[in-house]
Amino acid sequence: MSNLFIPNPKEAESIHILREVAAQFERPVLLFSGGKDSITLVRLAQKAFYPAKIPFPLLHVDTGHNFPETIEFRDKLVAELGLDLIVRNVQDSIDQGKVREERGRYASRNTLQTTTLLDAIEEFKFDACIGGARRDEEKARAKERVFSVRDDFGQWDEKNQRPELFDMLNGKIHVGQNVRVFPISNWTELDVWEYIRTEDIEIPSIYFAHKREVFFRDGMIWTANEHVFRESHEIVEERMVRFRTVGDMTCTAAVLSEAVSLDDVVGEIRDSTISERGARIDDKRSEAAMETRKKVGYF
Amino acid sequence: MDIQNRKLIQIATAGSVDDGKSTLIGRLLYDTKSLTTDKIEAIEKSSKQRGYDYLDFSLATDGLVAEREQGITIDVAHIYFSTAKTNFIIADTPGHVEYTRNMVTGASTSQVAIILIDARKGVIEQTYRHFFIANLLRISHVVVAINKMDLVGYSEDIYLKIKADFDALVEKSDFRQEQITFIPVSALKGENIARHSEEMPWYVGNTLLDHLEVLEPSDLQESSVARFPVQYVIRPKTEAFHDFRGFSGKLYGGILRVGDEVTVLPSLNTSKIKSIHFFDKEIEAAAPGSSIVITLETEVDLSRGDMMVKSSEVPKSEKQLTATICQVNNKALKVGGKYILQHGINRVMAKVDQIESRIHTDFTGTEEVDQLKLNDIGRVHFRLSKPIHFDTYDTNKSNGTFILIDEGSFDTVSVGFIEG
Repeated sequence: MSNLFIPNPKEAESIHILREVAAQFERPVLLFSGGKDSITLVRLAQKAFYPAKIPFPLLHVDTGHNFPETIEFRDKLVAELGLDLIVRNVQDSIDQGKVREERGRYASRNTLQTTTLLDAIEEFKFDACIGGARRDEEKARAKERVFSVRDDFGQWDEKNQRPELFDMLNGKIHVGQNVRVFPISNWTELDVWEYIRTEDIEIPSIYFAHKREVFFRDGMIWTANEHVFRESHEIVEERMVRFRTVGDMTCTAAVLSEAVSLDDVVGEIRDSTISERGARIDDKRSEAAMETRKKVGYF
Repeated sequence: MDIQNRKLIQIATAGSVDDGKSTLIGRLLYDTKSLTTDKIEAIEKSSKQRGYDYLDFSLATDGLVAEREQGITIDVAHIYFSTAKTNFIIADTPGHVEYTRNMVTGASTSQVAIILIDARKGVIEQTYRHFFIANLLRISHVVVAINKMDLVGYSEDIYLKIKADFDALVEKSDFRQEQITFIPVSALKGENIARHSEEMPWYVGNTLLDHLEVLEPSDLQESSVARFPVQYVIRPKTEAFHDFRGFSGKLYGGILRVGDEVTVLPSLNTSKIKSIHFFDKEIEAAAPGSSIVITLETEVDLSRGDMMVKSSEVPKSEKQLTATICQVNNKALKVGGKYILQHGINRVMAKVDQIESRIHTDFTGTEEVDQLKLNDIGRVHFRLSKPIHFDTYDTNKSNGTFILIDEGSFDTVSVGFIEG
C-alpha cells in the first residue's frame, strides 16, 4: 500500500497534545525562548492547526542577557509566520524591585525569570503555558507530566501529580491554577535535531560553529561579554564554538565545535559524550538543582 | 535512520524494590552508550560517596531527591535510549505493593513489559501482581528477566524451576505462550543484557537487547477498526481557505482513506471522506496513530468529542457500561459517587451504580466490597448522562478505556477498561 501515510509516532503525539491544549483551555500561550526546542514547538503547532493560524500567542521572557542572534531570529520568525508575540522583560521586574540582580562570579538572571513569568501569567490570565522541556534533559524532568498542574504560586508538587493514562489528558483546573504543557516530553535531544534536519527548520546561527570571544572556567566555555562576570585572571581567547542550548548568556556554556551544518550537528550529537544540560551552568550548582528550581515555579 | 523512520518501542518495567530493576535499566543505558560522560561521572561520584566498590547504575534512573534519600523509586519515570534501528522509551514503575497505580500508568503507554524476578527468590506474590496488570492491560509482549543469576551460580535448574512456576501463571491468564519470553540475566555484571553470557552457555536465546530490537511495532500494535474522535474543528476563515472546515484528531485502530463512507456519532449522519490532510500535504490514506485533518463531502454537524467511524463499523452507543476499574487516587470510589468520565477526549457525567467485586491481583479470585481504595482493582457498573461510543477494551484499546475525574478536586481518580 504505497500511498498509506505512516506517522512519526512522536510527532503525532505532540500534535495531539497541542490540539488538546487549544480545545481544553481558554488562554493558552507558547513559551518561546528562541531555542531549538521552542522553535520545534512552533513547527508542531503549525502542523496541528494548518491551514488555520496557530490559535495562541508566543510569550518570550527576555532576561536582557540573550544572545542578539536569538532575538533577531525570534523577530524574523514571528514576522514570517504572522504569529502574535508578547515580550516581558526581567529588567522591568528588577526595576520594580520585585527581584534583585545577582552579583559575583556566577551571577545570572536565569532564576529571576520565574518572577517575570508568573507576573505575565497573572497579567494575561494564561491558564496553559506550553513549554519545550523534555524528559531526557534532566533527572527531575523524567517524572514530569505532559499536563503539569501548578498552583497560584506556580509551584510543582511532584508527589501529587495526576497520573496520565494512555493519551488521555486531564486539563481540568480551578481558578488560579494553571497547567504547564510539555508536548515534546518524549523527544530526546537527538530526536529534536533529526527533526529539525528532516523538516529543514531554520534555527539561530549560534547553534552552528562560529568564532567567538570566550574564556574557560570550571572546565566550561563561557562567553566573554559585558553581562558575564569575569575575573581578571580569566583570559579571553577566540575559539570555534557552538551552543547546544540557547539560554541566557550567563548560564549557557559553549562547546568547541567545527559543526557548521545540520548534518554536522546531528553527527556531533550522535557521538557526543557530554549531555546537553552538562553545558548548563545553572544545573551544576547542586545535584538537585533542577528539582529545587521547579518547586518554586521555574519552567 | 532518523526520527522519521527509526521504529519506536515502549516498554514498562516492573519489579520489587530489591530485584535490581534500576540496575537493569542503568545497565541497558550503559551498554547502549546512552549514558553520557557527565552522567557516568555523576554515578561514579555518588557510588564512591556511598562507599560502593562497583558502579551503582541504579543512580542513573532514581530521579527525585526524596527518593534518592529513601533509596527507592516512587513514581513513573521515563527513560530514553536508542540503537541504530530503534528508539526505546522505558516507563519505569516501582514494584512495591502499594504502587499498582504506577504500573498501570506506565503500562498504559507500553507495548512491552519487562517483569523482573530475583533468581534467589523465584516467583513471588509481587510477580503475580505485575503479571496480573500486564494481563489486565493486554500488553502485547512480556519479557520475564530472571535477574541476579550470578548469585545462584548461573544455575540452569533454578532458571527452569522459575520458568515452570511462571508458566503455571500464564495458564491462568489470557496470554498465549508465544507472547512470553524468558531471559536469564545478571544486570550488575551485564550477563545476557547486551552480550551473550559465557557463564550461561545453556541459554541459547537472544540477549535482552537483541530481543527488544527484533520486536516490530506493527506486530505489537492491535489491528482493529478505525475510530476518529474529533479533537478540534479547523476553520481558517482566510481568503485562501474560505470554506475550509476540517476535523482534526488522532486516528486509532484502523486505516481511513479518501472516499470512505463514514458515520458521525452521536448524530448518525453519514457522509464521505473528501480529503485527508497532514500539514500542507494531502494524503490518500492514513495509518492508525496519525494526527490528521479530515474534510467531508457534505456539511454535517460535527464538533469536539464527536466520533467519525466507517459506516460499516459503527460502535455501540450506550448510557450504561460495565468496566474493570483501577483506583489511582487516595479518594475511594463509592456506590452513588458522581464523576466526570473522560472517554478519549469526550467527557460525560457518570454515576457508580454498583461495585460488583474487588479483584485479587494475585489471581486468587474476587471479593465483595462497598468501595474501591487506592490501588484496588474491581468490576463496576456505571450510568452515564449521555451515551458514549465505545468498544470493549479487548477489541479496541483506545476506544475501550476511560478515566474518571473527581468533580471537586479535578484529580484523575480512576482508570477504566470497558467490558461491555
